[in-house]
Amino acid sequence: MHPSSLGQPMPGTSRRTVLRGLGGAAVLGAGIPLLSACAGSSASSDPKTVTVGSNASDAVPKKGYGDVYAAFTKQSGITVDINTKDHNTFQEQINTYLQGTPDDVFQWFAGYRMQFFAAKGLASPIDDVWKTIGGNFPSAMHDLSKGQDGKYYLVPLTTSPWAVFYRKSVFQKYGYEVPTTWDAYVALCKQMKKDGLVPIAYGDKDAWPAMGSFDQINFRLNGYEFHVELMAGKASWTDAKVRKVFDTWAESLPYHQEGAVGRTWQDAAQTLVAKKSGMYMLGMFVAQQFSNKADLDDLDFFAFPEIDPAYGQDTVEAPTDGIMLSKKPKNHAGSVKLLEFLGTAQAEEIYLKADPSLIAASSKADTSGYSTLQKKGYDMITQAKHLTQFMDRDSRPDFTSTVMQPALQKFIRDPKGIDSLLSSIERQKKTIFASD
Amino acid sequence: MSSETTTKIPEAATVPPPGAATPKRRVPQGHQRLLTRRDRLTLGLMAGLPTILHIALVWVTALASIALAFTTWDGIGFDSIQWVGLQNFKELFEQNPQFWPAVQHNVIWFAVLIVIPTPLGLFLAVQLDKKIRFSRVYQTAFFLPVVMSMAVIGFVWQLIYNPDTGLINSLIGANEPGKYIDWIGDPDLNLWAILIAASWRHAGYMMILYLAGLKGVDPSLREASALDGASEWQTFKNVIFPTLRPTNTVVLVVTIIEALRAFDLVYVFNGGAEGTELLSILVTSNIIGESSRIGYGSAIAVVLLLISLVVIVPYLVATFRKERRA
Repeated sequence: MHPSSLGQPMPGTSRRTVLRGLGGAAVLGAGIPLLSACAGSSASSDPKTVTVGSNASDAVPKKGYGDVYAAFTKQSGITVDINTKDHNTFQEQINTYLQGTPDDVFQWFAGYRMQFFAAKGLASPIDDVWKTIGGNFPSAMHDLSKGQDGKYYLVPLTTSPWAVFYRKSVFQKYGYEVPTTWDAYVALCKQMKKDGLVPIAYGDKDAWPAMGSFDQINFRLNGYEFHVELMAGKASWTDAKVRKVFDTWAESLPYHQEGAVGRTWQDAAQTLVAKKSGMYMLGMFVAQQFSNKADLDDLDFFAFPEIDPAYGQDTVEAPTDGIMLSKKPKNHAGSVKLLEFLGTAQAEEIYLKADPSLIAASSKADTSGYSTLQKKGYDMITQAKHLTQFMDRDSRPDFTSTVMQPALQKFIRDPKGIDSLLSSIERQKKTIFASD
Repeated sequence: MSSETTTKIPEAATVPPPGAATPKRRVPQGHQRLLTRRDRLTLGLMAGLPTILHIALVWVTALASIALAFTTWDGIGFDSIQWVGLQNFKELFEQNPQFWPAVQHNVIWFAVLIVIPTPLGLFLAVQLDKKIRFSRVYQTAFFLPVVMSMAVIGFVWQLIYNPDTGLINSLIGANEPGKYIDWIGDPDLNLWAILIAASWRHAGYMMILYLAGLKGVDPSLREASALDGASEWQTFKNVIFPTLRPTNTVVLVVTIIEALRAFDLVYVFNGGAEGTELLSILVTSNIIGESSRIGYGSAIAVVLLLISLVVIVPYLVATFRKERRA
């Protein structure tokens, strides 16, 4: 090594050393075009191939959809090229994904979330597909699959209801009855507290479960139409009707599990598994936490109790997942064939064989293989007068994630000061909804 | 290494001393040229490409986000960008219930880091500098958190703070109704809980910086003060600490940067729920997502940038002034 000091030109430095030092940088530079080359999708205009953008990254749904697409290939001879992305990443990138070179069809959610991208011209209408598959679906699913322009944009695949879950053995042991009215519900909570149980398990660390609580009370108290208006930004959050939702909610909050903002829904569900809590209002996916077969068989649910007899229990929150056609599919004819296949009862049956925690969106699907829980959920959905999606699927996601999530967390931790909270929500809502 | 030196020495020896050129070699005109034209072209490309990339990826994007702060844009197509002037900033300052808490928490973050882990890091460094036994082991133990990613630290501390199954609540029995302590959800607690985790890491970082500084202290200074009969504390206070001045400047700047870029730990911990709001988290939650508020998020980012500039510009000015004097 020759001695050197920074900043002083060294007569010993040859051009070779200079170039060698920079050689490393050149290698790095050469890596960049390689990286960008990876981003290019393996899209082909092969008429025998349809590409699918999938968010089914978890093992169970991934296998389920894989089976469905394999069955389609077998039947039609068209290869399905599945491009699976991590569930949350898919959601976060959907915006840029659809504007870039998306796959021919992509998996997505029903409700405002679907309508938003349809209205932005990032999806193609599929009225021709619905001419074939329309008969397979109940009318509520027809409504869920339409954009704001009245055209169809989605083929619904699976759904599952939100309800109040409980353990049959716990209700038997203490002699509890399923409450059908709000007063009976609150009375049951009181009794459970006396019996040393946490009446309602609760966890809102991920900030979305509280949206479900709000939705249930809102459409029991104010009806489906008001829910739609409120979510669309038309009704005001300072309306007395909304205030009443929070007042009713506050009445039941003392019976909810303490410290909800620091707990995930999985941890809250574990208290139901352990019989430490009496009830849990959540989606049917709560069953995923019941890994023991005997515990799962013990799990049951009832519809969220009636608050205003004018609306009874006519609305069920049932988030629905489906599949959409991108704006410029490379293989339009093949995509249509795939969508038509996915709209059949057969496709849904294949999927549900792999994933028994959900329910088919089609009313033609064979329900004989369903578990008791699935059957009950199926009945609840088919008998519902209205199906809602969920606050973050029925409203603008930018509004629900940046305004409603922190606001609801604030409320359940400290239910005082509702009025200032509501006026703050309303002010922020106005600017967000005005930005279009 | 040896092959390098052997190939270099003869070459270096053949470089002619200035003025005394050997007749066989081409004499460079003007000052001595080390590189041929092709080399310069190659070097130009090598330096030019990174410069272009830097300008495109750093400067253009930074300026674009400043411009976007005065617009609303949902990120879909460029035609949906609309100018709204100062509307975003007005909304941010007047209506966003998370903005002022976020600014406040960034300031608290800095104050806590400078008051607790920084002196602690200095203390540890001074102890380790005494060459006590097993000092390498201690050094490694304290430095370990600095090597780990913040996200991992967040996961580790969640196991400790989890209100139902975490270490603390399980040990003190605070996971029962009535005695419940919600380390993650309670806005009076969660910021402090997370600052302990941040301090745990920061102390190790500061220790290494100070240790490097202490290694640079001239041993004769210590000897001199020992001869003068100064106690250990007097030596440290009057002799060692003043010589650490350049290190202190670095420590201050590093701590300010840590406070402003605080993000990953909180994001993993509770996503910036009430009590732990931070500017960086507000930027992320507004920009990333299916229908983003890019203009609004950019406005928050601009505020963060302005705060950073207030801190960084005086530092740079002072540094450059010093260099020019030297």
